[in-house]
Amino acid sequence: MSAPEIIKKSDGLIDRRILVANLMHDRSDDLLVVAGLGSPCYDLMAAGDHPLNFYLWGAMGGAVPMAIGLAAAQPTKRVLALTGDGEVLMGLTGLAAAGAEGLDNLVVIVLDNGRYGETGQQLTHTARGVDLVQTAVGLGFKSTRRIDSTEEATELRDWMQSVQGPAFAAVHISPEAAGMSLPPQDGAFLKTRFREYLGMPPR
Amino acid sequence: MTDAEMTHDWRDDIFEALVNAGIKQIAYVPDAGHKKLIERAHAANEMRAISVTTEEDAVACLAGAWLGGDKGALLMQSSGVGNTINMLSLMTTCRFPMPMFVTMRGEWGEFNSWQMPMGGTTQAHFELAGVKCYRVERAEDVADTVRAAIDQAYNGDCMTAVLLAQKLVGTKKFAAGSAGDNKQ
Repeated sequence: MSAPEIIKKSDGLIDRRILVANLMHDRSDDLLVVAGLGSPCYDLMAAGDHPLNFYLWGAMGGAVPMAIGLAAAQPTKRVLALTGDGEVLMGLTGLAAAGAEGLDNLVVIVLDNGRYGETGQQLTHTARGVDLVQTAVGLGFKSTRRIDSTEEATELRDWMQSVQGPAFAAVHISPEAAGMSLPPQDGAFLKTRFREYLGMPPR
Repeated sequence: MTDAEMTHDWRDDIFEALVNAGIKQIAYVPDAGHKKLIERAHAANEMRAISVTTEEDAVACLAGAWLGGDKGALLMQSSGVGNTINMLSLMTTCRFPMPMFVTMRGEWGEFNSWQMPMGGTTQAHFELAGVKCYRVERAEDVADTVRAAIDQAYNGDCMTAVLLAQKLVGTKKFAAGSAGDNKQ
């Protein structure tokens, strides 16, 4: 089966749920994913649960710095921080650490809808003139992309697997809510499941 | 005191305990009291020292480290503890182990009054957040305390903090025209 075709919603912006399903299509065990709280977690869960997914239900701003520690610990794996604009705006310092640390296996993809989806669709700063891609350039990311079209979005999966990190992409997605696909909430379970799958037995 | 005791540096005791415990990642925000330890961590082949710009990023980084199989430790000063509070919920909820080594400000001999609110409440903040605290005032207690804190964190899947008292670390000198180095 081929990867699902990325489409736009009626507002002319990319459908987040299909985008993430496309990114996760036929994934290998060499991909480790940390998802920022809220809709990125639901998108990742909807694409299919996997032991190498770590879903944050809180710790806002923590997705990128958590991915730094994971990427440093697992240099032969690809580590993806999949998060939203609101989450990453709370942790811009984590982008600075990622740029400075220079881990070549670290990729950050921001699903940027310009909204705080969990709290009533208030505008985030990306809808008020803040440019995350330029921010990532300035903070030392080696490769950066701004994705607006479905053609560019379709290239993202290969890019994410092969680009030399630290790499950053912001995808301009539709603010239309995609529904809650709730991942497991037990953090200790998620942690132990992830570590066990990497070959570390529970203590 | 013997010459060996005179020249012995408790900062080396921390470094050696970190190496012996198999710590692979040191996440830190720069601090004068940890200067030598930070330099040794960067120079060591056994571990990676990761400089972050705010302490909550160090917490999340060490959660990621353990997820990927690396033991880690956090170095910061007491003023940074306030920055960590919400991110500590990640460690509590997921039972991520994390030893922390905190150089205290705002207490013994402090000149800078702006350090006092956070320094005076560091332990209380930590304890409310579920962090077990060990306070060290004497150089000869550092090695054992650091070992015990690391063991407790990794045997108990919990957070532990060693609070290195300002009396031990040294008081930062403030004087017009001075570089403001720590006395030690």
